[in-house]
Amino acid sequence: MSTLVKNILRFILLILVQFFVLDRVHLSYMVTPYIYILFIFWMPFNFSRTLQMVLAFLLGFALDSFRHNPGFHASACVLIAYVRPFIINIMLPHEGADTNYEEPSLKSMGGFIPYIVYAGVLTLLHNSWLFMLEALQFGNFWEFIVKTLFSTLISLLLIIIAELLFSRKQKFRTNTI
Amino acid sequence: MRNIFLFIRRYFNFIFFLLLQVFCIYLIVHYNRYHNAIASVYVNEVTGRVNEQYNKVDYYLQLKKANQQLVKENERLRNTAKADFETPDTSVKVVTDSIPYDTLGNHRKWAYQAAKVVSNSVTSQSNFIVLGRGAAQQLKKDEGVIDTNNGVVGIVTDVSDNFAVVMSMLHKDSRINALLKNDPQGGGTIVWDGKEPNYLSMINVRKSAKVAKGDTVVTSGITTTFPYGLMIGTVEEVLPEKSSNNYIIKIKSTANFYNLQHVYAIDNYQREEINKLVEKAKSKINN
Repeated sequence: MSTLVKNILRFILLILVQFFVLDRVHLSYMVTPYIYILFIFWMPFNFSRTLQMVLAFLLGFALDSFRHNPGFHASACVLIAYVRPFIINIMLPHEGADTNYEEPSLKSMGGFIPYIVYAGVLTLLHNSWLFMLEALQFGNFWEFIVKTLFSTLISLLLIIIAELLFSRKQKFRTNTI
Repeated sequence: MRNIFLFIRRYFNFIFFLLLQVFCIYLIVHYNRYHNAIASVYVNEVTGRVNEQYNKVDYYLQLKKANQQLVKENERLRNTAKADFETPDTSVKVVTDSIPYDTLGNHRKWAYQAAKVVSNSVTSQSNFIVLGRGAAQQLKKDEGVIDTNNGVVGIVTDVSDNFAVVMSMLHKDSRINALLKNDPQGGGTIVWDGKEPNYLSMINVRKSAKVAKGDTVVTSGITTTFPYGLMIGTVEEVLPEKSSNNYIIKIKSTANFYNLQHVYAIDNYQREEINKLVEKAKSKINN
């Protein structure tokens, strides 16, 4: 499958799963698990940073349109798309891994722990930014902390499960940089 | 000049990031004011179609519950039929020689319009409900929405050709005027604190109001949105507000927001005239 088709399918599927399955999960403290950000996690290394941000904006805007309050998810998605290259730079196991492999995965990030750190930091960032925007309008501080923590934990759990269920075979393309 | 271009080129990503964020914040802040924008109507049509497909499956799974609700409503309506009441012989017969209600609807104030819920949410802090009936089917903005058991659900905020978006009572900006049925002196405003679906708060109730657990809270009828006496919920807990001389009353809503399928929108035939009059009065005072 070409990169384009693959990403379009991912985009549509993740938005549908997020809105029609996960948004209907009612946990206490109004905690919602977020899994649609996997689209941003799985974007290929070689997309330019501008393109990454535009795609992230479209992703967030699509979910916002379903939820009828534009801006919130778009803002959080743009933030993690902006931060993503910095985290990848820090976490990459050795120089050139981003050209040897197509996209971030357990293998290309060099194991389970680095990948979890990568996903964890971005999920935490996404959730705290999102809930902060909501808390600015109403809500109190402790609720914000509790919501962010629990949402991040549950999202991360789902992300790990998704990662193990749909393991993406990453070909080692070349060892020349 | 050259330096400016170099600067922009060097920090292009960061500037682009800031621009996108500013645009997002703009959307967040201005949504309520500009929700009639053409783009939003177009987006509503698209998401409405997707939701309709999903709802076909979801509705089938909830048929049993929907049936129960409709049976209950039928029972209530049958009990209000004229044949169920018998007036004793001693009563005075009232004869009106003109009909107070005519088929043209000249005297009619409220009209109920049935609508199917296409999409609904309870998990976010600003929940909306989408109805599969829109401007082409005579649904208008600012109509009140109730469920099949006469429990208030929300207010229509946005209408496209075939769909309407309802601001649910479970929305941080939702404000609905209410009264305590037992003590009409105790009025207040219904808001949602964003913590638990199906539980609302009634604020600004003065402390002299007589209120007990289980009391009924109804719409006040002083706005053009809802007629008097539609049930909002029952009192669950009465708390004094620390900073003022008012109560905050916790209310369990009559409408069950988890499984809404059929609702009624309430059209007020006098709204336009009233709004016009208010506008006129306002412009007079301002000038």
